[in-house]
Amino acid sequence: MNRETKGTIIKVSGPLVVAEGMTNARMYDVVRVSEKNLVGEIIELRGNKASIQVYEDTQGLGPGEPVETTGQPLSVELGPGMIEAIYDGVQRPLDAIMGLAGNLITRGLYVPGLNREKKWNFQPKVKAGDRVVAGDILGTVQETTLVEHRIMVPPGMQGEIVSIEPGSFTVTDVIAELRDGEKTHHLTMMQRWPVRKARPYKEKLMPIIPLITGQRVIDALFPIGKGGTACVPGPFGAGKTVVQHQLAKWADAEIVVFVGCGERGNEMTDVLLEFPELKDPRSGEPLMKRTILVANTSNMPVAAREASMYTGITMAEYFRDMGYSVAIMADSTSRWAEALREMSGRLEEMPGEEGYPAYLPTRIAEYYERAGRVVCLGSDNRIGAVSAIGAVSPPGGDLSDPVVQATLKVVKVFWSLEDKLAYERHFPAINWLTSYSLYHDHLRSFFEQEVAADWTNLRLEAMALLQKEAELKEIARLVGLDALSPSDRLVLETARSIREDFLHQNAFHEIDSYASFSKQYKMLMIIMHFHRASVEALGQDTSIEEIARLPVREEIGRMRYIGEQELDKLESLRKRAVEQVKALTEKAEAEV
Amino acid sequence: MVKEYRTIREIVGPLVLVGETSGVKYDELVELELPSGEIRRGKTLEVSGDTALVQLFEGATGVNVSNCKVRFLGRGLELGVSRDVLGRVFDGMGRPIDGGPSVIPEKRLNINGSPINPYARAYPSEFIQTGISAIDGLNTLVRGQKLPIFSGFGLPHPELAAQIARQATVRGTGEQFAVVFGAMGITFEEAEYFISDFKRTGAIDRAVLFVNLANDPAIERIAAPRMALTAAEYLAFDLNMHVLVILTDMTNYCEALREISAARKEVPGRRGYPGYLYTDLSTVYERAGRLKTSSGSITQIPVISMPEDDKTHPIPDLTGYITEGQIILDRPLHRKGIYPPINVLPSLSRLRDKGIGRGKTREDHADVSNQLFAAYARGKEVQELAVILGEAALSKEDKAFYKFADVFEDKFVRQGHDENRTIEETIELGWRLLTLLPKSELKRIRQEYIDKYYPEKVEVS
Repeated sequence: MNRETKGTIIKVSGPLVVAEGMTNARMYDVVRVSEKNLVGEIIELRGNKASIQVYEDTQGLGPGEPVETTGQPLSVELGPGMIEAIYDGVQRPLDAIMGLAGNLITRGLYVPGLNREKKWNFQPKVKAGDRVVAGDILGTVQETTLVEHRIMVPPGMQGEIVSIEPGSFTVTDVIAELRDGEKTHHLTMMQRWPVRKARPYKEKLMPIIPLITGQRVIDALFPIGKGGTACVPGPFGAGKTVVQHQLAKWADAEIVVFVGCGERGNEMTDVLLEFPELKDPRSGEPLMKRTILVANTSNMPVAAREASMYTGITMAEYFRDMGYSVAIMADSTSRWAEALREMSGRLEEMPGEEGYPAYLPTRIAEYYERAGRVVCLGSDNRIGAVSAIGAVSPPGGDLSDPVVQATLKVVKVFWSLEDKLAYERHFPAINWLTSYSLYHDHLRSFFEQEVAADWTNLRLEAMALLQKEAELKEIARLVGLDALSPSDRLVLETARSIREDFLHQNAFHEIDSYASFSKQYKMLMIIMHFHRASVEALGQDTSIEEIARLPVREEIGRMRYIGEQELDKLESLRKRAVEQVKALTEKAEAEV
Repeated sequence: MVKEYRTIREIVGPLVLVGETSGVKYDELVELELPSGEIRRGKTLEVSGDTALVQLFEGATGVNVSNCKVRFLGRGLELGVSRDVLGRVFDGMGRPIDGGPSVIPEKRLNINGSPINPYARAYPSEFIQTGISAIDGLNTLVRGQKLPIFSGFGLPHPELAAQIARQATVRGTGEQFAVVFGAMGITFEEAEYFISDFKRTGAIDRAVLFVNLANDPAIERIAAPRMALTAAEYLAFDLNMHVLVILTDMTNYCEALREISAARKEVPGRRGYPGYLYTDLSTVYERAGRLKTSSGSITQIPVISMPEDDKTHPIPDLTGYITEGQIILDRPLHRKGIYPPINVLPSLSRLRDKGIGRGKTREDHADVSNQLFAAYARGKEVQELAVILGEAALSKEDKAFYKFADVFEDKFVRQGHDENRTIEETIELGWRLLTLLPKSELKRIRQEYIDKYYPEKVEVS
């Protein structure tokens, strides 16, 4: 079966190349363009003409040069060696590229996604004679200290193991032979998978376990479930990237895939330098040992940017299939949409809203639908999850932007970043009134069993106060603060405490950067118990000023800096807070 | 032997369609010879079959269909560089305009450059002292950063940019920066201001200027910033110098881009700007930073004048998404007579936290800075409230914040054109202003720093 065809370039316009003589080519086949050997992908076929988006700079290309199809759709290599790697949008390892080409990314370089020389120590989990089906685990490789790479039977294969051996192998060495009737498959540790096609699973499940992020405003107010989807839209400077980085650092996923899609080069460098230094709060190992980076920065070729999101999510699905919980962050999906728009414009397609192609909402929906908590292929029915979090960068922070609207239609969590909060240096600048999470009901039983029975009530109580605060501020703006009743003033005080002492979190402070559920719960409890005691005290002739002056208020302002090892300090702080309010009431009574 | 074509078919704006071509490549340099012998340059924007679409850099005046000759040179637009470019003034196409001889190039570089491999980058983390408190203290500039100035018409951005170029030093070494100045479509007076300021302070000896004036062909503006950055990359990564690149005014650059896009009849994006404006801008802005293999660096300060002072206009908006923060100049502050009129609240330096703190500036820098931000934000909020309710209705605490905001603008933000404050002076000033507030309100500062640095008895008027 030789599908390879050779054609000739007839037109070059930026990243778009049109070639003729491509009768046998198929849609989305990868092609090699010109003698410079640039990588491209067929995105339109008309008669014997193919429109090709080229993943590299097309300067110096012209009509008459050859184009050759590989007969393969754009695929990634899946196997040991992906963790700790940094890839470009079409899975070329950037460290190897630097070894070949130096500081700048030049064209026509071909480096396979997985290192062909490196040997991995393979330990079989099945033996000759066993019957296996697609997804069954053949054996394992300890890829990093954090990740055990499970070698699976590729989708679509099954049969009886003829031979399997432990030992040290490269990703192209045969590790097992599988007989399926007449056919014999020679299995290696590497699979190839086309990026635009979702990897199969048995069954999709509802997300019922929260993805713990250590970020108070997210975990407590707007949680995301494992296998859920979330988006973070916001104007520039509102802290999208910091939120994404915080999630990549602290989320309790076993694998993190971070896609830098059309963003700043320095941000990827930051991740590259910082993650090996940072310790995972659960295992104490460097965070890099569970991270894969896909970096297609804004100045790298625009077509490869379009591919980078698919490259990322395919890798995420592969680790999900092993039974892991994977989180994929894409920063930013707007740049991906712009890449679509640019290619669409060059294809002279009829534009939809704001010049974006009419199929934009479909593409966005397809991407987020690849997230989810699933029963994986294989006979052991293990469960894996991909949680997808996408940043959106709407022009001017305007949420009516087509990318934001198409995203909100599919995602279940909306963290609304606001520049006004960012100016006040309230970080994370997630607006507590407009954001939402649709996972509260799914996650409720987890929170109530694993954290505390009154968790939901505490959250609702805090949210109600924040809502009330917004109303009261409107009134205060018209009539002045003094015209408010003492109980309303107390609401304002407590809401401010929730905002400043609980929701505000300093990503750059060594302790404040991450808060466990138990710390979050205790912090919120202190604020709410202090509030409840104060409400009672107000009813017994204590003035709001007296409460506001209590020394314990300052301690509450600093409770965020209490480390995870000394959380009992929070309990004694809570007691002190309530006692100080009580003492006020007693004093008031004594005076009467 | 280069083929010559006399087959021009169409001329629309700066675009020329040449027919019956063969072997023409995309993005190739083109020479167009007028009957008078005058030579114009351009590049191919699209090649399709036997036609090539050429964009002229210098406008199409005088070009005609029958008598002009077109040559395709088989290479992209290049700039010849050597150490001798320092101290020189060029036009937007890299030709000397200071009356001096042309530079004998050590090498010729394609002005489009190639993207820096993210893996090869070193993270910017060294503090640059600009001597301006609103920048150093709150929106710190870091070596290798790209930090634009968002300004408006009539605001003093040239003064501020020149002051930064003059005063910027790497702390500790006192080492000064080489300055690469790229001017796109600015007026003679503005260009002259920079040139004479560089001459006055002697900075000209370590500066390279690429000047495209308002009456130069708009199309040359596309090349000017790339010329400047190519020179900067050579100085930084070949000669290991620290380079400060000032690009003014990016708004003119974007308008030139729109002109070409419109002439090509492309589907326009927001406000008529092309849909690829983001990608195009990124190929300018991303040419900043540091490399692991070189001790040099490129720090970029593009200037953008926001039409109608509107931050959501596509040019500042897309810029903000690529650059690492922004310094915003504010008209109300300017009217109050405050120089530099930097509105610190919407201004931001994303790399601040990497460039400050113990060993770099001072351990309490970040906390003091956060506290100043929070206090000023609250002060401004109180001032708004006071407009409605009257000052008398404010609580005692609020009054303190009210006063703080005023004093902050007057003492901290305001400074002289030649006033060069060290970072210690800036932080000390910050502490003195914070004494206007109740000590219990200093929630963003760690207790240990309050104990160590809180000033005893100071008078702030």
